[in-house]
Amino acid sequence: MDHGDVRTSVPNLYGDWVQKFGSLWSGHIQVAQGKLGKAITKVEMPPQALTDVPIVHVALDSWEAAVKLFQSDPGLEYDFLADYTAIDESPRVPRFEIVLNLFSTRHHARVRLKTSVEENQEAPTLISLWPGANWAEREIWDMFGIAFKGHPDLRRILMDQRWKGHPLRKDYPLRGYQFFPTPETIDPKLLES
Amino acid sequence: MSKDGSIDFLTTRLETMVSWARKNALYPLPFGTSCCGIEMMASLCSDYDMARFGAEVVRFSPRQSDMLIVAGIVNAKMAPVLRNIYDQMSDPKWVLSMGACASSGGIFNVYSVTQGIDTVLPVDVYIPGCPPSPEGVIHGVLKLQDLITQGVTHAQRKERSLAAGRGL
Repeated sequence: MDHGDVRTSVPNLYGDWVQKFGSLWSGHIQVAQGKLGKAITKVEMPPQALTDVPIVHVALDSWEAAVKLFQSDPGLEYDFLADYTAIDESPRVPRFEIVLNLFSTRHHARVRLKTSVEENQEAPTLISLWPGANWAEREIWDMFGIAFKGHPDLRRILMDQRWKGHPLRKDYPLRGYQFFPTPETIDPKLLES
Repeated sequence: MSKDGSIDFLTTRLETMVSWARKNALYPLPFGTSCCGIEMMASLCSDYDMARFGAEVVRFSPRQSDMLIVAGIVNAKMAPVLRNIYDQMSDPKWVLSMGACASSGGIFNVYSVTQGIDTVLPVDVYIPGCPPSPEGVIHGVLKLQDLITQGVTHAQRKERSLAAGRGL
């Protein structure tokens, strides 16, 4: 049996998403490209690209505006923040990639937004768009060391406050244990507020 | 006591008598952090019934318990908390390290996991398995009872050492 091009015979990882949302997605991407122009650097569409949902690469300068557009533009309305994380792509430059998985409660479609961040470069915070981004950004800071400009409380969320380094960076040693003799204590100022 | 009710004599050493009493009245403190905790619950419940060996009264306060069962993974952030709990337990106290994670870190040889709880506190019995079956847990408790009878647990060594004025 001839399977032909693997990418067309296995269009995506989640069944009939491409059949279901293909035209919706291309319409949405056109709207976004019309409003954002050059800010969208690259678009990967299934099934041409080997991905389950469209991946929209955005320049860091217009990251906040692009996310806001996808969240609240009347035609798009990807209003649910499904996941918010980062990838260490070293030795690539720029080093980090911030990944945002959005879901539309109106269209029941998903989309993935990505932007690239250099080491020591700050990314804009998305708390004004989704309050739930607060802890996700703290986790990204904890694990990758990407700082968020305008974040009200950028502390570690998973690791001990006394921890040195950011464990999910590629250059952090796998067995870089750090043990502390006493339990972590909470800052009394946090209990007051 | 003999059959007609008159009192006969039983000669023994005080330490043996006390060890016998202690080993048959272990008060477990369950420190269940992952899947081993489920097997620990199973071994405490009616199918396996750890009560048969005198270890049924689970205490969630360290001050009321003398057998710490560490069932599951202890990560680096939890290690000082575990040590705190151990320090709060009443002497003499015993520690069962249940499962691969508590005994050696298991498959998690990474930055965030202690490589065995014996890096932070003294362990008397290691129970192998991932997770150990309830039979394994009961075997571990019986083994601990044997060790208490022989007087070779960490707590008893410490007790003898203190009584002899040798310090810790």
